[in-house]
Amino acid sequence: MADLHTVNKSPFEKSSLETAIKCSLAGSSILLIEDGVYGAMKGAAAEGMVKGAMGDRKVYALKSDLMARAIKDDRVIDGIEIIDYAGFVDLVEANDKVQAWL
Amino acid sequence: MSEIKKFMYLNRRAPYGTIYAWESLEVILIGAAFDQEVSLMCMDDGVFQLVKGSDTSESDMKNFMPTFRTLGDYGVRHMYVDKASLEARGLTQDDLIEVAWEDYETEEEVDNIVEVVDRDQVAKLMAESEVVFS
Amino acid sequence: MKLAVQVNEGPYQHQATDSAYHFTKAALEKGHEVFRVFFYHDGVNNGTRLTTPPQDDRNIVNRWVELGEKYDLDLVLCVAAAQRRGLVDDGEAERNGKDATNIAPKFRISGLGQLIEAAIQSDRLVVFGD
Repeated sequence: MADLHTVNKSPFEKSSLETAIKCSLAGSSILLIEDGVYGAMKGAAAEGMVKGAMGDRKVYALKSDLMARAIKDDRVIDGIEIIDYAGFVDLVEANDKVQAWL
Repeated sequence: MSEIKKFMYLNRRAPYGTIYAWESLEVILIGAAFDQEVSLMCMDDGVFQLVKGSDTSESDMKNFMPTFRTLGDYGVRHMYVDKASLEARGLTQDDLIEVAWEDYETEEEVDNIVEVVDRDQVAKLMAESEVVFS
Repeated sequence: MKLAVQVNEGPYQHQATDSAYHFTKAALEKGHEVFRVFFYHDGVNNGTRLTTPPQDDRNIVNRWVELGEKYDLDLVLCVAAAQRRGLVDDGEAERNGKDATNIAPKFRISGLGQLIEAAIQSDRLVVFGD
């Protein structure tokens, strides 16, 4: 049983990313979209929390949202997979359900 | 419709400041007709939705808090409250409403379906749900 | 895969409807079925035909209409949320004594039961909101 957790809020605005990480089980996937992609930034306060999650979960970030926010690939935490909307659809299919952390 | 799915309604917002709490309640009320296996999960500011004593007499907003007490009649079998969210807000179960539930066919009764659960249980309950409404 | 998509926010105010649109389009282009796109809360504002966005910006309402027409999507505005926010079709105008309608083509107004049904009938429910 593995779920896809989507997070669309910046970790500096709301605790949704932290809660999503705390409520997601090993083997699940976390996808950062919209302002949630700020959680993918290297050197930012959320990096430790995200890297910790990556120990037993896969973390993804949506490419178009990263680009719009001027977060270049080299500013993204190592190990986060950057995907497009087609990849988002594949993730939805590959997981049992989607849980949106708004 | 013969299929029964495990539905979870995830409430993370405080009441009244935005309409999400009330309109999410409306989904639960309508959803009752579909006989799914329904639970409610209140966490983060969503725990405030279940705090007793709300008085809207001086704010002209419709008080929908009494509707929560009837959810047992609308097919909601479990109302879970995240313990960490409660504690962070200085609340305990004593601050929360009690909601009775009865199965009219089997006559099984539960005095109070509001249940405080720890974070591990929250994660487990979410994983066990088949559909989560955010 | 059969998908249900829920959109909780209106056009331009929040990126939710953009994300929902691009996701839905990508799913359809991959050959998946989108059972229904259900608009709730301020999401019902995606169903007005009266927006005039700047010429150099995306037209969110028209984009949904075009996608809806191309793939024969079921685009549903929740009736309770629509009534609160003033989205009106012919039926609602007649029932509630309104002197105008403002719903965009391809959208229809219906009850919350449509969301529940979509969640039951689909393989996945994907929610976009604030």
